[in-house]
Amino acid sequence: MLAYVLRRLAGAVAVLWAAFTVSYLILYLLPSDPVAIMLDQGAGGERVDPERVAELRERYGFDQGPLQQYVTLLGRTLTGDLGTSISSGAPVSGLIADAFPETAKLAGLALALALVAGVGIALLASWTRAAWLRDLLLALPPLGVAVPGFWVGLVLLHLFSFTWFVFPAVGNEGFASLVLPTVTLAIGLAAVVAQVLSQGLREAWRAPYVETAFAKGSGRARVLGAHVVRNGSLPTVTVLGVLVGNLLGGTVVVETVFSRQGFGRLVENAVTTQDIPVVQGLVVVAAAVFVLTSLLVDLVHPLLDPRVLAGAHGRTGGGAR
Amino acid sequence: MVPNHPRRTPSTAVAAPAVATVLAAALALTGCAGPDTASGSASAEPTPGGTLRFALGAAPQGVDPQQVGSNVSIYVARQLADSLTDQDPTTGEIQPWLAESWDVSDDLTRFTFHLRDGVTFSDGSALDSADVKASFDAIAGDLGASAPLAASYLAGYEQTEVPDESTATVVFDEPNAQFLQATSTVSLAILAAETADVDPAERLQGDVVGSGPFVLDSYTQDQGAVITRREGYDWAPASAEHDGDAYLERVEFSVVPESGVRAGGLASDQFDAVGDVLPQDVPQIEGSGGAVLTRANPGVPFVLQPNLTRAPLDDVEVRRALLLAIDRQELVDTVLSDAFEPATGILASTTPGYADLSDRLAFDPEEAGRILDDAGWTLGPDGIREKDGEPLEIEVTYTPVFTGSGPVLELVAQQLRAVGVDLTLRQLTAPEQTVAQDSGDYDFYYYNVTRADADILRTQFSTAQRNLSLREPDDVVDPLLDEQLGEADPAARDAIAAEAQEAILDQGLAVPLFELSQSIGVRGDVHGVTFDASSRLLFHDAWIEQE
Repeated sequence: MLAYVLRRLAGAVAVLWAAFTVSYLILYLLPSDPVAIMLDQGAGGERVDPERVAELRERYGFDQGPLQQYVTLLGRTLTGDLGTSISSGAPVSGLIADAFPETAKLAGLALALALVAGVGIALLASWTRAAWLRDLLLALPPLGVAVPGFWVGLVLLHLFSFTWFVFPAVGNEGFASLVLPTVTLAIGLAAVVAQVLSQGLREAWRAPYVETAFAKGSGRARVLGAHVVRNGSLPTVTVLGVLVGNLLGGTVVVETVFSRQGFGRLVENAVTTQDIPVVQGLVVVAAAVFVLTSLLVDLVHPLLDPRVLAGAHGRTGGGAR
Repeated sequence: MVPNHPRRTPSTAVAAPAVATVLAAALALTGCAGPDTASGSASAEPTPGGTLRFALGAAPQGVDPQQVGSNVSIYVARQLADSLTDQDPTTGEIQPWLAESWDVSDDLTRFTFHLRDGVTFSDGSALDSADVKASFDAIAGDLGASAPLAASYLAGYEQTEVPDESTATVVFDEPNAQFLQATSTVSLAILAAETADVDPAERLQGDVVGSGPFVLDSYTQDQGAVITRREGYDWAPASAEHDGDAYLERVEFSVVPESGVRAGGLASDQFDAVGDVLPQDVPQIEGSGGAVLTRANPGVPFVLQPNLTRAPLDDVEVRRALLLAIDRQELVDTVLSDAFEPATGILASTTPGYADLSDRLAFDPEEAGRILDDAGWTLGPDGIREKDGEPLEIEVTYTPVFTGSGPVLELVAQQLRAVGVDLTLRQLTAPEQTVAQDSGDYDFYYYNVTRADADILRTQFSTAQRNLSLREPDDVVDPLLDEQLGEADPAARDAIAAEAQEAILDQGLAVPLFELSQSIGVRGDVHGVTFDASSRLLFHDAWIEQE
């Protein structure tokens, strides 16, 4: 088990480094430079003196070679210093520290809501013997995946904020401001959970051990709880790791529609203005979140299916494709 | 070629129709016409107090008056600081503000300002000539790198002499007729001397001390800002409707990127005023008892500026024909709204020194076709003109920073096709546009610039300045542009500027389309939100009816 954990940790560090390096390369290879963009914004259409551009480029270290800049940036990041935003001059760590808790709240709530709804739908569809109910429940996930998040957000806003004022349309203040964004973000997520889980459960129902369990006299609920769920939920746990990563992407749209402070808004603005230090900082934090959840998923897997630890000896369970 | 990238999140592109549909559905469901309308019985007497909640369409870059350049940034920063002079929005005349009078040397190189008595900054210190000197020295020095707009106003700055506490003489190495108007802008606002020593980044974040009617309470990047009333403010400019403290206790600015959310939030009383109102949101705002205030930005209207180093726009006859081939009224009527005006010259009509050249911009496709025929551009079988085997194809490079730009340009392309010109659209992000600009990689460059002084002609069109046309120096346009900068008599200066405007159009150095307007939505109980001469907002006279 220890070797397994160490291997996963080493992999996590490698992923972080790769994310940092690849994002640096992409940003560096872009033809424009953030200083010119920033000055262009502040110039209100007036001509920008090239000498001023050179002056600022030097101040930010952009006059150095690509490798030197990379080494400086990597060294600084390793010591926990993420630098300052080019467009605003604010420290990147401060920007992220302000934004991250807001997004964590939103994403955490959305994930919880999505799990409750997604798992609920899948279990109910799996348990019920009424065909109409099952068909109805199983029609929900494709619908949830198909409707775009911003559209759901705007519909919710118009119904529950503009027409009947139940929740505020914008801002980060209080629990009320979280409700509509959470629902908006959770719908797509719940749909994926419900879809993958019900698929996993459907396959698990067909497994021979289910027949055995019934033959031993177990009831339908007990077979579902003790055998089907345990085996059928593996793919869902795997997908969950990826979904947490997607969740951060989803916040870009949701935070824009609901004008919330957070990670997604920061990403959008930093990318638009090509604010390299901010983008780099965000990439590192996002990669860390992703790596941590993957690690968590990897560690939970052996608990659900001991064959994972056996690794080379046997193929993993039929559900984990 | 750089591929097309939409600048914003997908939501922006599709939001408008979605909002309309949703709204229609919501109204059908409720069977009513939205939230109750504000009472029409506006008391004429302003009442002090209250908080105004303002939804901005985009995030301010920061709150330092001297560094910011975008409209939304100025909405916030303008309230924090005052300028030496004030420009009357109606007449364009320069009037006293922090300076109660001024003398200009005959050669326009020395500007002596006599400061008003009794003005204090928000930290309690008194305004004196050292603050003027510190502000201008900083802009002409280190701060200038991150304050490009202010620095451009101080081009040729030598020094500020301070013979006594209430007198400051700004000295230039060349005649500088535009400087007096520049002293009225937010970019050259006077800040307390100690602000000049603060790091530019910290200044952007709010470490600035000004003498304005409001002081900064908080600023959060990408989120908004809160400003509160300054007690004891007693030096409002003559163009203000009242003296003394601002009426509002607080203004809370929040950044709300979706226009439909701004309009819906205004109609449902979650905001008192909103910026960047789009045409499709006007009925909702007016239907809820609110009003939409508009004013055209002075300066260069939205234009297509040709790159003269590329065919076919290197042909002056093609450029002249294009001036006549565009139906500007149709642009406004079809894809914009009555908040916008068609361009009637190379300057917007709200610009001091503007010359009405609408007769040169009349829609006359027959004449345009005749000019092209005479120049050898004959209609090909596919309806596109050609000359020596080369088709009359032009590409326009633009960014959708102003939301209406895409639809406007599509309509322009249709209009041009009718005279046999093939215009294609190339949409870029702001960073890509900067690259295209620096490398000269464009046929037509689509843009506008705000400035309430005719000198904007020089900074945009002079070959020594921005010169997006990549034009060689000439003996017609360039001399006129330089000459107006050295003319002390306002009427004579306007006459030179008018000549320059004619010369620019005669050479087809820009194809004007329409004037940008600031479009502000306010609730029925909000009064006194005003535009300054540069069409940016002032809140000193603003007030809300109290219950």
